[in-house]
Amino acid sequence: MVKMHKRKFVSVDPDKCVGCQVCEYICSYEKEKAFNPMKSRIRVVRLNPLVNVSIACRLCEDPPCVAACPRDALTQSEETGLIIVDKDKCNGCGWCIEACDYGAIMLHPENKVVYVCDLCKEKGEPQCVKWCPEEALDLVTSDVIAQKARIKATKKLFQETVKETKKQP
Amino acid sequence: MHGYAGRILHIDLTTGKTHVEPLNEEYAKKYIGGIGLGMRLWLDHSKQGVDPFSPDNPLILTTGPISGSVWPTGGNGHAFVSKSPQSYGVGEAKSHGSFGTELKRAGYDGVILKGKAEKPVYLWIDDDTVELLDASNLWGKSPSDTEDAIKEELGDYYIRVAAIGPAGEKLVRIACIINDKTRAAGRTGMGAVMGSKNLKAIAIRGTLDITVAKPEEFMEYVKEFHERMKGPATQKYKMLGTSENVLVHNALHCMPTRNYNNATFESAEKVSGETLNEKFVVKIIGCSSCAMRCEHVCFVGEGPYKGTMTRMEYEPLWAMGPYCGVDRLDAIIKGMDLANYYGVDAISVGVIVGFAMDCYENGILTEKDTDGIDARFGNYEAMVKLVEKIGKREGIGDILAEGVKVASEKIGKGSEKLAQHIKGVEVTGYDLRCLKTAALGFAVSFRGADHNRHGAYAFDVKGKVNRLKAEKGRGKMVKDMEDLYNLIDSFFVCKFSRGTYYKELEDMTKLYNLVTGFDLKPEELKLAGERINNLARLFNIREGLGRKDDTLPYKVMHQPITDEGPSKGAYVTQEELDLLLDDYYEARGWTKKGIPTVEKLKELGMDDLVHIVKE
Repeated sequence: MVKMHKRKFVSVDPDKCVGCQVCEYICSYEKEKAFNPMKSRIRVVRLNPLVNVSIACRLCEDPPCVAACPRDALTQSEETGLIIVDKDKCNGCGWCIEACDYGAIMLHPENKVVYVCDLCKEKGEPQCVKWCPEEALDLVTSDVIAQKARIKATKKLFQETVKETKKQP
Repeated sequence: MHGYAGRILHIDLTTGKTHVEPLNEEYAKKYIGGIGLGMRLWLDHSKQGVDPFSPDNPLILTTGPISGSVWPTGGNGHAFVSKSPQSYGVGEAKSHGSFGTELKRAGYDGVILKGKAEKPVYLWIDDDTVELLDASNLWGKSPSDTEDAIKEELGDYYIRVAAIGPAGEKLVRIACIINDKTRAAGRTGMGAVMGSKNLKAIAIRGTLDITVAKPEEFMEYVKEFHERMKGPATQKYKMLGTSENVLVHNALHCMPTRNYNNATFESAEKVSGETLNEKFVVKIIGCSSCAMRCEHVCFVGEGPYKGTMTRMEYEPLWAMGPYCGVDRLDAIIKGMDLANYYGVDAISVGVIVGFAMDCYENGILTEKDTDGIDARFGNYEAMVKLVEKIGKREGIGDILAEGVKVASEKIGKGSEKLAQHIKGVEVTGYDLRCLKTAALGFAVSFRGADHNRHGAYAFDVKGKVNRLKAEKGRGKMVKDMEDLYNLIDSFFVCKFSRGTYYKELEDMTKLYNLVTGFDLKPEELKLAGERINNLARLFNIREGLGRKDDTLPYKVMHQPITDEGPSKGAYVTQEELDLLLDDYYEARGWTKKGIPTVEKLKELGMDDLVHIVKE
């Protein structure tokens, strides 16, 4: 039976992201009760003024970080897709960090074990999404991302038609 | 201590020695942070009459108590304070972005830089590890390229850098210090002071946690301000940006045009904020912790300046546009880009070019003097070339790099009358002849001609007073605005967010107490704002400035507006200026000479500085 994808992750709309780092501050406050981007599970990259994105774990279908861990410290929840770190097993070797193509799993500066976005599961919703002043972050499935992209592309292709439709009473 | 890192870093560039001292908690409460703390530290660590380019002139870098937190617009500012090579009095300039927040996380409220390095160096602050590293390979580079090179050398993308460009190296008096590519601590020549120390850049990595005294209530307050920032108080900055002013000022005939020869620009539509947004703005980005992004990034897609990308605001647009008679936005964007590349204050550089063009039109400068540049008003190519020459100190640019005051003294031939400055600092985009509350604010501004020390133009532009009239009562209006602006620049919140503090002092007091855990009253904070202004005055008095320097540019006082319309005939007479100054000094509790009385200083708890007014 074919099913819709259920895994939701934090996704950024690069058109809306302004690189303000509010997500980093909120994440570190939520998780560590301190403002410190170095302890944030989501990180901002500004390549140049025009290219701003925040990156967090994408809950890959076949997560390379889990596969890369020689100590089996990482597992993926079948239910939610979250990457779960066994802090006792993790020795901070960093194979998972190398394996992640997005830089979304990081070594904690104090605990020396890796940490990764858990969608603020205790709070029920990711706090970065809730706080983003530009509404650039969203908690979505890959299906929804594809839908959004399709709709956006269609609107661009049929700009004039959309305008005309709006004019009608 | 919450809010404050509690430490001041001392650096002697001559010996390379560094040490850390605790932050004086009394100073924190009295002078808050930012420019307040910076000016106090400068006074404590300098001798009267020090030359701005002497190794003995300290360059102070500060953050504020709010820096490093998620407070919207509050987390990210920093200030540079020193003796200005333009005014020979208070030099101070602020910038936002993500540099100040990094300094706080490295564990410092301020850095005091003294001495002069033997050869070019840059300062690397990696939490507690502080080093001076060789910068000979960075010398001559733009601030942006310097930032990239340092990140590459130190191997960390998230390091934050503030740097000078070639202009700062060459002691161009309007040189600025730029962080995060396009954000400048622009005014009063702080980049030249940095250059005089052979200090190319400051790079910081801070890894410490920032916490506030009352986190839960603080976060509630943050949420409330996020909501406020979605409202009308920030619309201007989020939408058209400050460039909206072009058409507003033009309609009121209060936009200085062609070096103050006009107060309105016939081609304003072509360089308006509306046109800029429609044709050039490609993205609006934000500083660290901001919730109202304002930075309008412009890109030129065609023509001679194709490929240029930079940030744009009203002031530089005005300075390199209408003030030079230039009606092409692509050239203005190019001029802005060059100002950032060489590292000069984009306001001052535009005003200097306007001055040079006026000299040229009046035959004071000829094509021979300008190295063959046909420096007529409106010649956009000439404007771009002159900005570049000033940045390089090349040809005519060498004299112009001194700023309009010194340049006009060197050029002579009556050019002094064309030099539009106050205390040696070039004017900004408000025609003071027809904005008389602003005229007072500009005249008494402790860092020379500037709109950002008081915002007094708002009373005039918004029609809250008769802008063409000088009358009693304006003194107190300017004073109150100055005191509030002093707090804004010492807390470090962004002036663009000022409208979201619905109850001004009460809101700011609440914020300050939630962060620091202190229990300040709004009246005490108000007093701190007043104290900071008196501190700045003492700085200036100690360095020889006084009532004679609280004045207005020649044309403002001698050349009435000629354009037909709402401002025609307006100018400021000596009698009007005297009336305004007397009223202001009285509101401040100063003598007729503009000197704070001993009683006033004692009332403000500044007994330890009373000796300055007694001498």
